[in-house]
Amino acid sequence: MTQNIDYKKIGFKCGLEIHQRLNTHKLFCNCPSLLRDDAPHITVKRHLHAVAGETGEIDIAALKEMDKGLHFIYEGYNDTTCLVEFDEEPPHDMNKDALTTTLQVAKMLHSTVIDEIQVMRKIVINGSNTSGFQRTALVATDGYLDTESGKVGIQTIAVEEESAKDIQKNDNYIIYRLDRLGIPLIEIATDPDIISAEHCKETAAHIGMILRSTGKAARGIGTIRQDINVSIKGGKRIEIKGAQDLKMIPTWVDYEIIRQQNLIKLKEELGTIKVDKTIHNITKILAKSESKVIQTAIKNQGVIKAIKVVGFKGKIGQEVQPGKRLGTEFSDYAKIYAHVGGLFHSDELPKYGITQEDVDVIKKELTCKGNDAFILVADKESKVDKALATVLDRIKMCEEGVIAEVRRANPDGTTSFMRPIPGRARMYPETDICPIKPDIKHIKMPELISEKALRFQKEHGFSKDVSIHIAKELPEFEDLIKTYTNVKPIAIYELFFSVPSQVKKKYGADIDMYQWYDKLLNALDKNKINKSALIDVCKDIATTNKFDIKKYEQLSEKEVEAIIKQVIQENQGAPINALMGKAMGALKGRADGKLVTEIIKKLSD
Amino acid sequence: MAEKGPHYGDLVEITTDKKTYTGILIKSPELLESDSQIIKLESGYNIGIKTSNIQSIKVIEKRKESTSLKSNKEKAESALPTVTLISYGGTISSKIDYATGGVSADFTADDFKQMIPKLRTVANIKTLSLNKVMSEDMNAADWVTLAQAVHKELKTSDGIVVTQGTDTLHYTSAALSYMLQDLSKPVVLTAAQKSIDRGSSDAFMNLFCAITTAAQSDIAQVVTCMHAHSDDDVCNIIRGTKVRKMHTTRRDAFKAINETPFATVTENGTITIINNTYSKKDPARKTKLIDAIQEKVALIFAHPNMDPKIIEFHIKQGVKGIVIAATGLGHVPTTRKEYSLLPYLKKAQEHQIPVIIAAQTIHGAVNPYVYSNERVLSIGHGCIYVKDLPVESAYVKLCWALGQTQDYKKVKELILTNHTGEYNESIMLGDL
Repeated sequence: MTQNIDYKKIGFKCGLEIHQRLNTHKLFCNCPSLLRDDAPHITVKRHLHAVAGETGEIDIAALKEMDKGLHFIYEGYNDTTCLVEFDEEPPHDMNKDALTTTLQVAKMLHSTVIDEIQVMRKIVINGSNTSGFQRTALVATDGYLDTESGKVGIQTIAVEEESAKDIQKNDNYIIYRLDRLGIPLIEIATDPDIISAEHCKETAAHIGMILRSTGKAARGIGTIRQDINVSIKGGKRIEIKGAQDLKMIPTWVDYEIIRQQNLIKLKEELGTIKVDKTIHNITKILAKSESKVIQTAIKNQGVIKAIKVVGFKGKIGQEVQPGKRLGTEFSDYAKIYAHVGGLFHSDELPKYGITQEDVDVIKKELTCKGNDAFILVADKESKVDKALATVLDRIKMCEEGVIAEVRRANPDGTTSFMRPIPGRARMYPETDICPIKPDIKHIKMPELISEKALRFQKEHGFSKDVSIHIAKELPEFEDLIKTYTNVKPIAIYELFFSVPSQVKKKYGADIDMYQWYDKLLNALDKNKINKSALIDVCKDIATTNKFDIKKYEQLSEKEVEAIIKQVIQENQGAPINALMGKAMGALKGRADGKLVTEIIKKLSD
Repeated sequence: MAEKGPHYGDLVEITTDKKTYTGILIKSPELLESDSQIIKLESGYNIGIKTSNIQSIKVIEKRKESTSLKSNKEKAESALPTVTLISYGGTISSKIDYATGGVSADFTADDFKQMIPKLRTVANIKTLSLNKVMSEDMNAADWVTLAQAVHKELKTSDGIVVTQGTDTLHYTSAALSYMLQDLSKPVVLTAAQKSIDRGSSDAFMNLFCAITTAAQSDIAQVVTCMHAHSDDDVCNIIRGTKVRKMHTTRRDAFKAINETPFATVTENGTITIINNTYSKKDPARKTKLIDAIQEKVALIFAHPNMDPKIIEFHIKQGVKGIVIAATGLGHVPTTRKEYSLLPYLKKAQEHQIPVIIAAQTIHGAVNPYVYSNERVLSIGHGCIYVKDLPVESAYVKLCWALGQTQDYKKVKELILTNHTGEYNESIMLGDL
């Protein structure tokens, strides 16, 4: 994947921030933590304003968001969204279950619990919180975690509100849905004690396991998120957000190291950067260009403008992380701050319908000399001006090498710019909630996973591996065997840990079992479907995202007998084993194997 | 804390038996029983450290004075109308003092002008900070202060905007309506349900729409301007005598009672008239200030199990008038002897103390004649039925009328006169 990295030598520093959603009701109101995809019942339109933080100054991150001039639409449901989520009522008391779970985690991570917990407002002005802030409370500090590669300090453990989910974005507004807003999150921040990319993954996995052992961790896609902080000597702290896939963690970390190394190298090569701030309108020059982007812009009464980038020839096209160039860093800024589709730079031209002749004319107009590059943007004039001004700022920043940024984790291991690292003056007390004195004496530690595994071995006769697997990964197990008494415990294990991989292997389909297990177990328990039909049922669910088992419902004994009769007739003289196979195939899982054997025996006699 | 020791706002190091914390010393919220010292950590989080666990507090750095909002010098745009913006405290002015943790109504009209540059696009704004009180503490004296200030400003401004707390905003709006007779220009009251130091505060749009209404509308009435819906898109302009706070927390808490709002104002400043029964702007008209107010007026809520002697109590306390928020169409207990208010209402009548009957149902009008019990009150005991006037508006009106005269007949006449459109003679199905 990447070259061998000597983490010590490059001054690698890495820490994790893990967010785990809980399956309790919401943190500051009584609404269920229920994610919905049915049509919302209500929408409300709102604005947010940048307000002065604690030092009297407006937060940079807040200001940048404001600068985007957006409004927000919030979607809610009559039955599961209350006034608190709509920012129309003060928060209620903190959810006791969520706090207790956080305290359990604090205990498991050997942390010191705060004597008196103060709920804070963390300013978030991208609209993902109706209030303009996220409520968060520091619960414990100074813990540690023993990993195979050494001790990792646990800096802080906090409990906070989940943000609203963005549904749709455009230049003017963002639509958010409030089902997710206010779900409790436990936030665990480690010290920068992680020593390698692999160690980062191991640490994340270990913390995840501890969180799940509380039995209150929500399951499914997006319920746990890792933010990775990475820096190297001469670089800056980069926060990689939304790293959801554990397996990819080492790649994100290594790619970020490469990015920082490349940016530092560029900084050294470039030295002091001379910025020519002139923005040239080249709409007329390119009026006849065949480029689609250019023509679309002109058709929409837009403009094409360009800047000269002094001394950057060959640099903008230089790769900074696999598949991403310095030009990508520039265009990310333009996209985020000016909402343009992107930009063209001379290192990638001629291309995209822009010819060598076009390039030459532009160079002449901008008086580009040998080492100069240019960047052009085509869109509405106000957006183009904003985009180029932003890019000019970013070009100057190359003098600093790495810029402290929050970056989004892309599925391919690269990252994209999201926003600057927020300033510090962004938290103030939540005056609507009284401080909480946590009662740690009565916090019970959850049963350790190793103890639980031993108990499962004894109680259910599972193998050691299966027991450990269930203890680690399936906190719901004991509730499930009590609820679905007609389903064998081992079948419950298989449903979670073997069926999904079989569905994937046989049909290439992915099923999110944590979303569907209740319905599946209920069908098995009521004998509506047969175990042998599970793989096919799950394939249908995975492909249609609907639970429909009509096709697989169990046939009556009479119906089974009729089908078997036909099989025997069609395969006269075949041995019983062969008949059995044919019959099962014809029945497609709609009958129990035992019953089929009995009927075949009876009919063959 | 000792005078010379650490002060709130200082950067300190607190050592406990377990560990050492570094942060800024913060004052605990008022009235909360606390055995903890709060500090703000570098991360921004506040935490409380049990006082009994603290071994030492060492000051690392004395408190830095925070920088205040910079005031931008502005040129008056002569083409724009002039609006006087008067601040009088309330949530709209509230901010938290980060050094001490306390909340106070410290932002003034001038701060609003600095914080919301958009306000200056619709008017030249003259600012006046008169008070920093929360509205539950406002009394008749505050109405007088405001009425006098508005009356004075009307001479030089094209419109007036007043900000105060929401709780009693509708009392103030009614008071100004009665005290400023023959109003020549718009007087707009606005407020906020969420303090302006929150990004989601309703103050921003309310202020913008209020300034716009004062600068551009032809509504020469005292009105309120607050969110029409939960959305940040439209404000309602409602007659000051027919408005009421109808929700404890929502942005759209203020509703027109028994009347349709005069107009809506959008976030972009578009004014749409929907009920034109208002008095039209006329700068040449001379506004009369009638600012004598009688504050010894009681407001009583009729309810089951009510002890009728409460009336006698008030009479003994020397009240000059009583408003009863009566049940239904205008009822109070009359037939069961021990609960009947009649003997006490008789006493009030003997003392020439006017008693007003208004509707506790909030919506709809009271009627003095439909039931015989009402006739006993209105004809028999001289109670004054104030039709569709909201209770709070009726209360203020009685304070104002009694300020001018204590003669029962004259008071009754003042009360029943429709001075500023406070009585809606034809309530429509849509007026809710």
